[in-house]
Amino acid sequence: MAKEKNYMYKSWWKILCVVLLVYTFTWGLLVKVPNLPALEETSRNLFFHVSMWMAMMTLFTISFVQSIRYLRTLNHKYDIYARQFAVVGIVFGILGYATGSIWMSYTWADPNNPTFESFSALAREPKLIGAAIALLIYFAYLVLRDSITDMDKRARISAVYNIFAYAMLFPTIWIMPRLLPSLHPGQEGNPALNFKDVSPAMRMVEFPAFIGWALLSVWITTLKIRLNLLKEKKMM
Amino acid sequence: MQKIRILFFLLSLLFLTFFAYAQEGTGKTAFGETMRSNGRIYVVIAVMLTILTGLILYLVRLDRKISKIEKEN
Repeated sequence: MAKEKNYMYKSWWKILCVVLLVYTFTWGLLVKVPNLPALEETSRNLFFHVSMWMAMMTLFTISFVQSIRYLRTLNHKYDIYARQFAVVGIVFGILGYATGSIWMSYTWADPNNPTFESFSALAREPKLIGAAIALLIYFAYLVLRDSITDMDKRARISAVYNIFAYAMLFPTIWIMPRLLPSLHPGQEGNPALNFKDVSPAMRMVEFPAFIGWALLSVWITTLKIRLNLLKEKKMM
Repeated sequence: MQKIRILFFLLSLLFLTFFAYAQEGTGKTAFGETMRSNGRIYVVIAVMLTILTGLILYLVRLDRKISKIEKEN
């Protein structure tokens, strides 16, 4: 792939990322949110907490695609791409988990709040368990990579594992939590983020927020990839 | 250059949404009205934008550093 065509080196999407994030940060705090019980103003976390998960999904999808490309071409650079996208995906997953814990401690775990029954109700929350399982599977991907010393073997085995890890994201995070009773919106068959909970004005900020944070995560990953490519070039 | 023109056109359409107040939620939460009425919400926005600017500048600096090293090779 010619260097000029490679999107890692272009700057238009990075400028777009900054503009979208500035828009998210300002308008995300100013837009009027519907007055929901217990949530109230914290609905704004939609633009930040949920964005982290969206960024993570974007990164894991790109990592999955790079793994497939590696298996098709056996070109080592795709292995580097796949690894870096998975690593930064894990970072954003952990951020999503941390921001979710903060949000939850003021809403679900609020002792004055009727949805709060006990800590075990929170611990049994399907989306939390599902997300933890998904992240652990990706941690195992990193451990797998470091346990194999031969470069080609490592790339091939981890590419195959990456495909399975990606496939496991869907049942654990998206499908099972929707089927089970849960504190998260979107439980027991109802779609998440339905129109009662998210006003149209919020949607105007929600999608730019998702795109802005996803672009930021891709930007960070491309910097890591370029560093790694330079390192590999020096070693070869 | 053509791409950047298209981009700015689309983004200017996005900023028109600042004036789209026709459909909204009730939006009258006690906390929200307090922070908005005495203007303190703008302090929060200013703080967040400062943090964001700092992080973005750091990323831009890293990007340029890496580009420079790539050009040398």
